[in-house]
Amino acid sequence: MSQSDSEQTQTSLPSGPSLESRRSFLGVLLGLGSFCVGALLSVPLIRFALFPLLRRSTELKSSAVGSVSEFSSLTEPAMRTIQIEQVDGWRKAISEKAIYVTKDSQGQLQVLSSICPHLGCTVPWDGDKKKFACACHNSIFAPDGARISGPSLRGMDTLETSVEDGQLLVKFQYFRQLVSDKEVVG
Amino acid sequence: MRGNDNKGEIDPSPRPKAGLWGWLNRRTGVDDLLRRALYEPIPGGARFAYIFGSGLLFIFISQAITGVFLALYYVPSADHAHTTVAYITKAVTAGAFLRSLHAYGASAMVVVLFLHLSQTYVYGSYKGRRELLWLSGCVLFGLILGMAFTGYLLPWDQRSYFATAVGTNAISEVPGIGEYLKRLVRGGTEMGTLTISRFFVAHVFLIPACIFALVASHIFLFRKAGAAGPPDEDPFEPKQKTELFYPRQVLMDLSLTALLIAGLGLLCFFVPMQLGPPANPADAQYVPRPEWYYLPIFQWLKYWHGSAAIIGVLVIPTVLAFAVLAVPFLDRSVERRPWKRPIAMGAYAFLLCGLVGLALRSQYLDRHDPGVALQLAKQKADETEFMRKPFEPELSSASLAAANVTLADPLAAKGKTIFEGQYACNACHGDGGVGTAAAPALIGVGAKFPPNKLADLFAHPTAKMTAGGMPKIDLPGDDLKALIAYVESLK
Repeated sequence: MSQSDSEQTQTSLPSGPSLESRRSFLGVLLGLGSFCVGALLSVPLIRFALFPLLRRSTELKSSAVGSVSEFSSLTEPAMRTIQIEQVDGWRKAISEKAIYVTKDSQGQLQVLSSICPHLGCTVPWDGDKKKFACACHNSIFAPDGARISGPSLRGMDTLETSVEDGQLLVKFQYFRQLVSDKEVVG
Repeated sequence: MRGNDNKGEIDPSPRPKAGLWGWLNRRTGVDDLLRRALYEPIPGGARFAYIFGSGLLFIFISQAITGVFLALYYVPSADHAHTTVAYITKAVTAGAFLRSLHAYGASAMVVVLFLHLSQTYVYGSYKGRRELLWLSGCVLFGLILGMAFTGYLLPWDQRSYFATAVGTNAISEVPGIGEYLKRLVRGGTEMGTLTISRFFVAHVFLIPACIFALVASHIFLFRKAGAAGPPDEDPFEPKQKTELFYPRQVLMDLSLTALLIAGLGLLCFFVPMQLGPPANPADAQYVPRPEWYYLPIFQWLKYWHGSAAIIGVLVIPTVLAFAVLAVPFLDRSVERRPWKRPIAMGAYAFLLCGLVGLALRSQYLDRHDPGVALQLAKQKADETEFMRKPFEPELSSASLAAANVTLADPLAAKGKTIFEGQYACNACHGDGGVGTAAAPALIGVGAKFPPNKLADLFAHPTAKMTAGGMPKIDLPGDDLKALIAYVESLK
């Protein structure tokens, strides 16, 4: 069989160094061409796979708290419920969170998270004592959120705010509990 | 060493290899493997007629790759499938392009498959100890159609839902076990989320595994039998001058691949595949139409009703399938030239005309029934309208449940204000009763304690509760009812 095969090969193809090099050249050309086409075709695949990295697919939008004028004559922290919309790829979650609108030591509007930095209970405002007093473990905070006493290692957490068209907007975030420095979670 | 290794092999360029390639080759024998693959002798020389097999292989690989990438974002369930496909199509970079490549790739596969089958049949290439090669090809044909059928449902839009409803309904025409078979395929009497799971598993695991195995055996059987060559060649003992697969046949095959890449690429870029509105099983107006390659069967099924249905739906297709499978066993003559095989060619022409005729008839009827034409145009417009809208993320079920409680039950809504206000239950039990470090979650507590038991616990907390800081709750009757209603609603 090998005899007849090599005969057939010889009859259909002239042999010799020139053919050899022509074939090698063609092979290299084909390999190069295939590589280029493959590279070109993989561009959409890579862009597709890297989409969540290049475009923010999990993002937290700012939530509206109310109009700034509403809080201008604030005398003590006011609790508000905000709706936070968290987009997570193709889904979104809407949840409600309680926050306090209050004034900082310079008298500027600020927004505090109602989550206790100690162990995460919701801190109620005690209107009589003019203090925040966590019902769980008795952490006490000043009206601007500064720590006064109790097991909490830091004051209440301020949230990033912005004003747009007279509306107070806030970006709700969670912070690590049981540490002295404010540290965003997640 | 080289001389020993390659003795008896087709080896036009035996040459010692140096460097990395040589090292790799001494350990894997990759050079020999490549030679065996590329130096397959073709009786009668390279021809454009032989390019369809490798074209199919190329599309199959492309389908596998694009399919794997689409699975990065796809979720096979009735409540997420459509959202995730919409996300792929509208939001993800190159998503519309890749999805189109996969969807149009299926159509291209059917076209090239048909050309491959036709070439094999017309050239009589199934003759000469090639029965198993033909059989494995026939099974592959069925598997590819199965891939097209199962994949079509996965986007779960109106079009795919209703087309698959019709397709699976046809199964129930099988006498005796038809109804059972339909339920087996659907995962229940109606189409639903279990249908998607089944179709997904078939489309992604079962059928591809079978295809990989059969493609391997198809290629193995092809190499075992050897290339059949032109129609005037002896199918058993080829006598014509041979030409090696490489380079001319490779170049011809690559030209089809290049054509497919260019054609599909342009089509997907300029006319991306549409996605319609989500499946709405209650839409009684929807006129289902299958993908073009299923139109002949679709039209065929329309002609068979009542007791005759068995003949049209089961007997004739089964006889036809067995006839196709049996071709190399029935046609034992050595004659391969089509003009000397009038029966074989007549049957082929008859079948081809039948299929095309049925598809055209279906199109004709749709165009000439004003009601249907109007509805089909409306469906098309709905799809275009849906494609125009930006992607809207799906509201997660957790936030929906929370929103629904406040809306649906005013008593529970009142209870929520007490939970968050007067008693500040959420201070320890968390918003929505999710629980915190200070107190356990209340979600699902309603299933454990009926309302009167809860009222009892509120009035007389257990020692463990009191130790944890749970106060005694003293509320007027209506407020207590409201708070209990809210706590019971936490799920």
